Amino acid sequence: MTLYDALIGPFVEFEFMRRALVGSLALALGAGPVGVFLMLRRMSLFGDAMAHAILPGAALGYLVAGLSLTAMTIGGLIAGFAVVILAGLVTRNTVLKEDASLAAFYLISLALGVTIVSLKGSNVDLLHVLFGSVLALDNAALILLATMASVTLFVLALIYRPLVMECVDPSFLQSVSRAGGPVHLAFLALVVMTLVGGFNALGTLLSVGIMMLPAVAARFWAVELTGLICAATLIGLLSSVTGLIVSYHLGLPSGPAIILAAGLGCVISLAFGPRGGLVLRLLPRRHLEA
Amino acid sequence: MSTPTSLRAGAKIELADLTLGYDRHPAVHHLSATIEPGSLVAIVGPNGAGKSTLLKGIAGALRPLNGSVSIRSGAMAVAPHRAIAYLPQLAALDRSFPICVFDLVASGLWRRTGLFGGLSPADYASVEQALASVGLTGFERRTIDALSGGQLQRALFARLLLQDADVILLDEPLTAIDTRTAADLMDMVTRWHAEKRTVIAVLHDMALVREIFPQTLMLARELVAFGKTDDVLTQDNHLAARRMIEAFDEHAPICAHDEKVA
Repeated sequence: MTLYDALIGPFVEFEFMRRALVGSLALALGAGPVGVFLMLRRMSLFGDAMAHAILPGAALGYLVAGLSLTAMTIGGLIAGFAVVILAGLVTRNTVLKEDASLAAFYLISLALGVTIVSLKGSNVDLLHVLFGSVLALDNAALILLATMASVTLFVLALIYRPLVMECVDPSFLQSVSRAGGPVHLAFLALVVMTLVGGFNALGTLLSVGIMMLPAVAARFWAVELTGLICAATLIGLLSSVTGLIVSYHLGLPSGPAIILAAGLGCVISLAFGPRGGLVLRLLPRRHLEA
Repeated sequence: MSTPTSLRAGAKIELADLTLGYDRHPAVHHLSATIEPGSLVAIVGPNGAGKSTLLKGIAGALRPLNGSVSIRSGAMAVAPHRAIAYLPQLAALDRSFPICVFDLVASGLWRRTGLFGGLSPADYASVEQALASVGLTGFERRTIDALSGGQLQRALFARLLLQDADVILLDEPLTAIDTRTAADLMDMVTRWHAEKRTVIAVLHDMALVREIFPQTLMLARELVAFGKTDDVLTQDNHLAARRMIEAFDEHAPICAHDEKVA
């Protein structure tokens, strides 16, 4: 097998592979930077919670309109935003901390979702929502993924400065501007959007992977925020390509293969990354003069 | 960027029957005081006296339970986030966030750049100048997790410098700071005072307060004394302050002060 056959052939030969490639690249492009901010705000598990919270919306959309992308997307967005806003309100007005109120609401949401799915759909449908079908992306799904990636990057660029300040020094931001609260909400909305965009391709659960794994891996390659975002995006893109190629040749399911590739990237970074990777740490290196 | 020669009108701060607190329990109780433009005021008092709470209240970060804070520049009322530069205690900052010193300090230009504006070449120069004046030249591209506590506090003072505010609030700015850095930072405070800015600082070092601060406000949830430093820092006032501090009473009745006044 030539290199061409191994790396390029599958995409030239099959349209579904090209669609999968475009879709997963678009997803990785938007998810990388969002994941970096989640990690830096110590909200790495927030994505997981939200992925579960989206389920009843997607399920309701499915119940109303069948396997309709639009209906499931709108439903997912509504459910996601509802949980974020409710949890935010409860955090602000009661003794509960953010993680506790979020846990409460996403669990309620998840139970509702499973109930709705089992009322009508079969387990196969549930699997589709949970794990996606990156090899069956139609035009509408591709346009949705591309739109969401574009919107994510655009909004992130727009709120970048207050978002960074809200992370580093929220009391300073509060003393110079009232943007803190709205910016935090806008960011959470981006997380929900990325996950909803992702669930068509990778499913609600696995789309968290393309958000968080590259971000975690990036930590071992870059120190500053700009570097982290670039590294995370790059690792996300690479994982998408690698995952698809490997899944094609070995006959593995593609969604999980992409996330496994990202996971492998994460492990490799953890071991060999130049910024605090394990190997460097174990090498006997003498200290510097200053 | 402030030049040492620039004089300003300063801003006047009026605290009118101000009560601040958490969960209806007052941490600052019925405080009335007027801080004249260009004053240099130390706030002293035992732990739990409400000193930090008072600064938060003045900075507009905490809504009063009762009474009001007003900041006036001339005859005009000013919103806190336009007039005030506020340095909270160090703990409020996430030191692990990978932002470099230059970017952190440059955020002091916020009122000029806003959410979206870029830095002009002149802005770059003024950030460099601010860094130089706190002795952090050469640290621009270091991330803040690589700074010592004293260096970080210097960087935050550089940011205050760039904020160029009429009112500067400092909450225990010298905690865990070595003497040389403390002296440098206090030099900046006296310079701000010379520029007729209103500076209010929470401090625990009484010798320093006597040396540098013309006025002192002693707080023990309620106002103990406010005036010339030497008149305030008396044995009697210290004793009075210590007596007034008690733990929150979970079953405290509703404050009767308002009815007495009415």
